[in-house]
Amino acid sequence: MKILVTVKEVAEPADDFEIEGTDVGEQFLEYDLNEWDDYAVEAAVQLSEAYDDVEVVSATIGPERAEETIRMALAKGVDRSIRVWDDDVAAAELDVAAKTRLFAAVVDEEEPDLVLSGVQAADDGFGATGVSLADEIGFDWAAVVNDLQTEDDLETAHVHRELEGGIEELTDVDLPAVLTIQTGLNEPRYASLRGIRQAQSKEIAEFGLDDLGLDADAVASPISRTAMYEPETESDATYFDGSPEEQAERLADVLRDKGVVSE
Amino acid sequence: MSDVLAVADHRRGELRDVSLEIVRAGRELADDLGGDLHVAVIAGDVDAFAGRLSLEGVDAIHTVDAGEEFNHDLYAGATTALYEELAPTAVLMPNSVNGLDYAPAVANRLDLPLVSDAVGLSYDGGLEATREMYGSKVETTVELTEEPFAVTVRGGEWAAVEADADVPVEAFVYDFDESASGARVQGFEEVGAGDVDIAEAEFLVSIGRGIEEEENLELIEELVEATGATLSSSRPIVDNGWLPKNRQVGQSGKQVTPDVYLAIGISGAVQHVAGMKGAETIIAINTDPNAPIFDIADYGVVGDLFDVVPALTEQFS
Repeated sequence: MKILVTVKEVAEPADDFEIEGTDVGEQFLEYDLNEWDDYAVEAAVQLSEAYDDVEVVSATIGPERAEETIRMALAKGVDRSIRVWDDDVAAAELDVAAKTRLFAAVVDEEEPDLVLSGVQAADDGFGATGVSLADEIGFDWAAVVNDLQTEDDLETAHVHRELEGGIEELTDVDLPAVLTIQTGLNEPRYASLRGIRQAQSKEIAEFGLDDLGLDADAVASPISRTAMYEPETESDATYFDGSPEEQAERLADVLRDKGVVSE
Repeated sequence: MSDVLAVADHRRGELRDVSLEIVRAGRELADDLGGDLHVAVIAGDVDAFAGRLSLEGVDAIHTVDAGEEFNHDLYAGATTALYEELAPTAVLMPNSVNGLDYAPAVANRLDLPLVSDAVGLSYDGGLEATREMYGSKVETTVELTEEPFAVTVRGGEWAAVEADADVPVEAFVYDFDESASGARVQGFEEVGAGDVDIAEAEFLVSIGRGIEEEENLELIEELVEATGATLSSSRPIVDNGWLPKNRQVGQSGKQVTPDVYLAIGISGAVQHVAGMKGAETIIAINTDPNAPIFDIADYGVVGDLFDVVPALTEQFS
């Protein structure tokens, strides 16, 4: 069995940041493995530990810098990785359809039995690539999975989909499938020192559009970001200044005034 | 015509709020486009849902009487078939959990560009959508140079349409064999049952990522004990297994309406705010003065919870 995990390196702005043009200034951004993808990696690695002959391959669309994040996934138990990038991809503003085409081409190459993907990316939050990919490659799918059980024949996945309001949907999905993974599905492991050492010698294959049988049209997008701004604050909060003790005293007065603490 | 097709959302016999909100979003977009607003409702008691969706601004309701509950193959297939019959310029779907499970498939099979999780929409020769990025720290506008297009809209961003109207209802026949679907819904489960119902609490002390480590919970428990409050949390605390699911406030947790909600180390992500904005008084303690929680707070303390919380506990000891 082969499991493909889509892994994204996401950017996170520092507490104090400035916008430059249509994005946060590069100097204010830090990069990390997307939190949702971390749970997807863990789910894949757990399956590889539970069954014989499971290979876990990660796929990333991202620049060379993303290899640090990819190495983190490799250190946690991913067997090998694919990174898709070239000048055309770098120049494009990738929308859901473009990412779908890129990952679909990777699926054509790898022919996985299961694809795991985070529900969404912490930066742009489109939350759509996994299901779009499933539809494109003709796999079944389930979105927002927060519990995953499999049987020994690996023909069906029993999943819980986390709906709103504390309700979970219990669904059976035929494999091959794409599952988009919600946080809380498992407890992502920390990379061990041994894992980090081993990751250095694992393969990260680089694919450009040519390698995937695609051309620049595959990443053309009709969607473009035209502005970015900090939302106008709607706050009319009363702020308590001073030392922590002074702030606490004022807070305590509010709690007493509201009648929720009697003392 | 430059029509809009909006798809309603329901669960266990109840239309979800976003269905009434998507009517508003759809009407506004249809006005910009100069076309009609078609609303689709798929599965379940579609006639009853159609009655509820017979609202001002809706030009036609299409019922798809197939299946009892949401199934993404049914929703994707029926929406695609309706699109092919109506040829609208825009397809609007909710950015709900179920929307996440079928809207991308609709966009893919119809080859429509998809803008997801829109919080604002306008059309003036091209679509301009407002979205958030980086966990609500910034807003962006995106422009679309192609039509038709698909959009998913965030719940709670448009006011629900409530005014009734007499809207024609048309049954749309879509053959669907649920047993042939590769994803089969087996049932539902309510999670988060337990000894404490945070939805009943008058005073919630709620913690988030800012608590950093599980052992720091002790600090909060001392405050909870000193004040007689009830302890709740945002999602990461439950994901980490530090508190049980029945303590989680938010879109996928509990909706709460206490007299006072004291948010400690909670940034105020939209999914969390959806569960607690009904609190009468919101107090936030956070080191980041730009944290979105302060936008909805009545009282704010910009400070380190590890200094402020012990001092607050001291006030009641």
